[in-house]
Amino acid sequence: MERISILRMGEILLVTIQVDMHDRLATALQDDLANRISVTRARGVLIDISALDVVDSFIARMFGDIAQMARVLDAETVLVGMQPSVAITLVEMGVAMTGVRTALNVEKGMALLRARMDEERADDDAPAE
Amino acid sequence: MATMKTRIAEVLERNEAEILSDWMKEQATALTQRPDLMKESELRQQSTRFLKLFREAIAAGNNLIDIQQPIWEPVREFIGEVSRSRAIQGFSPSETATFVLSLKQPLFTRLRKIHEGQPDYLFEDLWNVTVLLDKLGLYSVEVFQKTREDVIGRQQKEMFELSTPVVELWQGILGLPIIGTLDSKRSQLVMETLLQRLAETQSEVAVIDITGVPVMDTVTAQHLLKTVTATRLMGADCIISGIRPQIAQTIVHLGVNLGDVTTKASMAGALAVAFKRMGLAVGPARRQSGETA
Repeated sequence: MERISILRMGEILLVTIQVDMHDRLATALQDDLANRISVTRARGVLIDISALDVVDSFIARMFGDIAQMARVLDAETVLVGMQPSVAITLVEMGVAMTGVRTALNVEKGMALLRARMDEERADDDAPAE
Repeated sequence: MATMKTRIAEVLERNEAEILSDWMKEQATALTQRPDLMKESELRQQSTRFLKLFREAIAAGNNLIDIQQPIWEPVREFIGEVSRSRAIQGFSPSETATFVLSLKQPLFTRLRKIHEGQPDYLFEDLWNVTVLLDKLGLYSVEVFQKTREDVIGRQQKEMFELSTPVVELWQGILGLPIIGTLDSKRSQLVMETLLQRLAETQSEVAVIDITGVPVMDTVTAQHLLKTVTATRLMGADCIISGIRPQIAQTIVHLGVNLGDVTTKASMAGALAVAFKRMGLAVGPARRQSGETA
């Protein structure tokens, strides 16, 4: 069965979805990500969906679930590169995905995650000094 | 039927010149001749042409009253052409229709002369000619109307295309001033163009300015909220500016929850927020060292 690859870049896991998502692939991705986050102790997950032309309500919900699950495992999730047409469809369907952070592209998503990690580190360091 | 057809055709053929001159007079007195819009020579040319086509159609056709038949095609085409040009020149609908309808009087006069002492024939012919010319007159109004509607449609389309300019206020900040009422069709267009431009320019902040929106109802507010949500889904942020006091009141009265949408009273305020989010600052330019105050 085909799987979506999860790349590790330091403390961030990068997932680039290049194929059309079907439900089984989505569930598999969710499982894999949970495992990888706990194994690698990643602090951030970046999902690039710029190649996706179609996102249905199930997939949208799955992104929400991934974000929530990652948060439980102490990682922040950013969804990047959503197509305008996809955004319009999701809004028309009433899916706002409030629990997921978004960014325009991978670069900005990375910056967002890094900024957040730096912030947390500063918070951690502060009481010690 | 055949005799009647030949009767009318004969009248037309034999008296063409007379009918034409009478008709021209009739048109002049009926005030449909607009010397400011059309020269007399042009009108005469049109009248001559119409009379000729009309006569040919009557002579060739076997059903006088049905103008949808192919035999009437040239006449209809010509009337269409005349009506269209008059619509564009600025004639009124009745002025356009009178072009055809004013032919009745001269034609009736001739028919009466021929049918002297034969009231039955006269009545039959008059009735047929009346019905026929009425139909042609109505057709000319129809074409006139259609031409005007086409003009309106084109203008609407042009307005639509011009109505959603997305401007780049700063690198990474888009501005979208909305002027006029936001109906659902237009808000859809606003959303699409804005998202498209966001994707193209990879801008992080969009400012929607609604200073020019005269009224706001729940539907409009709903559309704005949808646009904001969609920009967030794409990873950008959206600020709404230019909410006028009356609109603010309406929003509150309607119970619309603008909740976590950033709103600012003016475009300047929104721009300031956008700068802040992007880590930019605007301050007075530093004076050159040699310059004095």
